[in-house]
Amino acid sequence: MNFDALMLEMAVALLALLILVADLLMEPGQSRRKLGYLAIAGLTGLLLVSLGRYGMQGAFFNGLFLQDDYALFFKQTFLIGAILVCLFSLDTVDNLPHSRAEFYVLLLFAVVGMMILASANDLITLYVGIELMTFSFFILVGYVLCETKSTEAAIKYLVLASAASAVMLYGMSLLFGIAGQLSYNALAKGLTASPALIVGGVMVLSGFAFKIAAPPFHMWAPDVYEGAPIPVTALLAMGSKAAGFAAMVRIFAEVFPGTGYPWPLLLLLLSGAAMLVGNLAAIPQTNLKRMLAYSSVAQAGYLLTGMLSGGFAGVKGVLFYLMIYVFANVGAFAVLTAVSRHRNGETIGDIAGLSRKAPVLAVVMTVSLLSMAGIPPLAGFVGKFFLFSSAIDAGYLWIAVLGFVLSMVSVYYYLNVVKSMYLGAPADDRPFEIAMPVRVTAVFAMAATLAMGVYPGPLSQLAETAAKTVFK
Amino acid sequence: MENGGLMHTLAFFLLSGITLAAAMGVVFKRNLVHSAFLLSVTFLGVAGLYMTLQAEFMAAVQALVYSGAVAVLVVIGVMLTHRQQMSRSNPPNKMLLVGALAALSVVGAIVWAILATPWKVGKGSVVTAGDIGRRFLTDFAPPFEAVALLLLAALIGAVVLFKGGKAQS
Repeated sequence: MNFDALMLEMAVALLALLILVADLLMEPGQSRRKLGYLAIAGLTGLLLVSLGRYGMQGAFFNGLFLQDDYALFFKQTFLIGAILVCLFSLDTVDNLPHSRAEFYVLLLFAVVGMMILASANDLITLYVGIELMTFSFFILVGYVLCETKSTEAAIKYLVLASAASAVMLYGMSLLFGIAGQLSYNALAKGLTASPALIVGGVMVLSGFAFKIAAPPFHMWAPDVYEGAPIPVTALLAMGSKAAGFAAMVRIFAEVFPGTGYPWPLLLLLLSGAAMLVGNLAAIPQTNLKRMLAYSSVAQAGYLLTGMLSGGFAGVKGVLFYLMIYVFANVGAFAVLTAVSRHRNGETIGDIAGLSRKAPVLAVVMTVSLLSMAGIPPLAGFVGKFFLFSSAIDAGYLWIAVLGFVLSMVSVYYYLNVVKSMYLGAPADDRPFEIAMPVRVTAVFAMAATLAMGVYPGPLSQLAETAAKTVFK
Repeated sequence: MENGGLMHTLAFFLLSGITLAAAMGVVFKRNLVHSAFLLSVTFLGVAGLYMTLQAEFMAAVQALVYSGAVAVLVVIGVMLTHRQQMSRSNPPNKMLLVGALAALSVVGAIVWAILATPWKVGKGSVVTAGDIGRRFLTDFAPPFEAVALLLLAALIGAVVLFKGGKAQS
């Protein structure tokens, strides 16, 4: 029994339990900020430990749970995302009416679920990982029960995600019925071309499309993003999406290629629909959380183009893009936290005149949004370059052209926010207070976005190493 | 009971009929309490289907956990929640036609897939609770432990949501 393969998951789960117990030992009225610092310190320590784990190959029993560079890269993405989200949620959590420590605990449980998804090499582990992540999100989304929007978002997410899980599970049962096995290696050998494979494969793909918010399974995203507390929205946008891609890329790389059906065609349709719907629906949005929700739908479309080639170049693009998307996302949502704190709202009117009140935050927001749009020299440009060039190399020229044109369209709605921040008049004269952790997170995210745009070499090397473990 | 024998086939159709009829009742009954009890019947029907597949342990768990605990919890949940009149607690909506069409097309696709696929049907072996337990703690230890975390998360979540509801009122 190779427990080393499970080391990171066990450590994060233990950290969550430690916080849960420490919370019981603290005075009821006391601030739970220390526990937030504990979570951040623990996750940072694990991130440092994980840096030395590249090149380690291993499996926990019969290859149902894999330890490889690909999974490790994703786990680091989740850890970085979780650290930054914890950091800028310290004040949000302090202002929660109740159960402050449990917020961190559930957040860590969601991270454990994502990590399991990255390592899963059989259908059961995959399903349990998805459920662990989704269950934690159900509660986090509805955390502020006295806000109607938060409750509504939680109910919508619960009902729709359960339906998506059920569809995915049925699809898995069909795949299992054909192959008689659950592990990816056995499925790759046992799946034969048959109608049940088409229906089962499409059902499993729908489940993934729900998680990464690709149309027509994206309807939950705007409402849930809008209703959930901002840190949860941030983690949902990057963590849930990245985890969905982690599992989806592995299953599409290892199981489906040999079955003789044109799966890339389905991915092509999903990708085109995501880019079109996401970018066009984002234009009329005035609530920034809703706009970022549609923008994240579009990002799913860009990421899917990387999966078309079915080779390691595209997957390298997916890995690279997901990592830099974490930083762009954290930057935008950290600024939004500060604005929402000040104005108690997240519309484009609330952010007006931000450049005069908090020039640093306005710059961070601008950089984050332009990185999402893919403007050089920011990291988003490099990511899109990897994704689209891999699609062109694989012969999918038109989807790359569509992606390029729609990226230009996206500049319009991103710049609309920038225009409001720099040219709009502030809605009030109250002094703008920025909590220190939010400022640190925002500036760090911006620095990372800039650094990886100017000097993408090391990260792209790392992504390449990771992608090669899936495509031998 | 022999696989594929007359009794076996008869039991399958009988149990499927009960399960499906009860499931229809869950959706169409206007009274939520009736729906909840019919849900319990559905679960028992599924437990019976597991028996015909020689999965005794699964059948026992299905009967105990779903029919016994989950359905009862649903009934208690219905009784404790606020509502005006029980006889109209599960109203139909206006999407009946669209919903029926969508459901029929999905059923059509699945039935086509199942009928047109040449399934490899093995003899099958009796799986005991011991076999399942052994695999839980060996091959499937990571997902098994993850489910434990999932239950803990759900438990914490229930407390969190309860506290939130109390703070609200």
